[in-house]
Amino acid sequence: MADYLFYIFSFITVLTVLLMIFQKNPLASALLLILGFFSLAALYILLHAPFIAALQILVYAGAIMVLFVFVIMLLNLKKTVSPPDTGWIKKTLIFLVGSVLFLFFVFAFFCIPETLFPAVSEGFGSPEKIGELLFSKYIIAFELIDILLLAGIVGAVLLGKKET
Amino acid sequence: MTLFPVTIHHYLILSALLFCLGFIGIIIRRNLLIILMCLEVMLNAVNLTFVALARYYLQEDGHIITLFVMAIAAVEAAIGLGIVLTLFRNKESVRTDRFTAMKG
Repeated sequence: MADYLFYIFSFITVLTVLLMIFQKNPLASALLLILGFFSLAALYILLHAPFIAALQILVYAGAIMVLFVFVIMLLNLKKTVSPPDTGWIKKTLIFLVGSVLFLFFVFAFFCIPETLFPAVSEGFGSPEKIGELLFSKYIIAFELIDILLLAGIVGAVLLGKKET
Repeated sequence: MTLFPVTIHHYLILSALLFCLGFIGIIIRRNLLIILMCLEVMLNAVNLTFVALARYYLQEDGHIITLFVMAIAAVEAAIGLGIVLTLFRNKESVRTDRFTAMKG
């Protein structure tokens, strides 16, 4: 049953990302990306990562994309400001480079010997386990992220100020 | 579908595909907001790789790295959108082909 779900959600994710890239309206792209993030959260649940799935919906779909939608509506771009399309030479070139990159990744991934996922223990990916690791092994990184968030807040407020 | 059970390679190929799609989107599109959104897609592909490998090796360290990547992506999105707003205030456009002040 989990196999069907993987194929369904991965198809939804790839389809929404493809559609997102080729939309004229940036608001439609943002909404499609929100849908893609939701299906990605479903994939995280399939991978026994419920904490990360909840954080994905809260942080990505619920904060970052809402910020994007705010900015898109604030800028209020009219229809006439859509940029000219990139030429077909550049498009085929970048498509070739992208596929070469993808084949490189696929070739590198087959270094892992072909085995299935091992059986998972009871509390894998639960907030208790993640909290144990976060506050013991990764405590320094945790505090540094705190400082980074503070720097981000100060920077965002400074950038958003109106020049009077 | 139990003939082809889902292995680690399925997840890794999916994340590689998402990464390459985000990369193509950044190069092709000329709207700054779409470029930032494709950047988020690339970061999510990396997150998927970390979570899938955490499941494969049964270590929650991958989840913690994913947590940090999400925090960094949030800060970067906020600052990036602040930059877009400042650019829009000065140039009245979000098209990357209009920003040629540093050219040549």
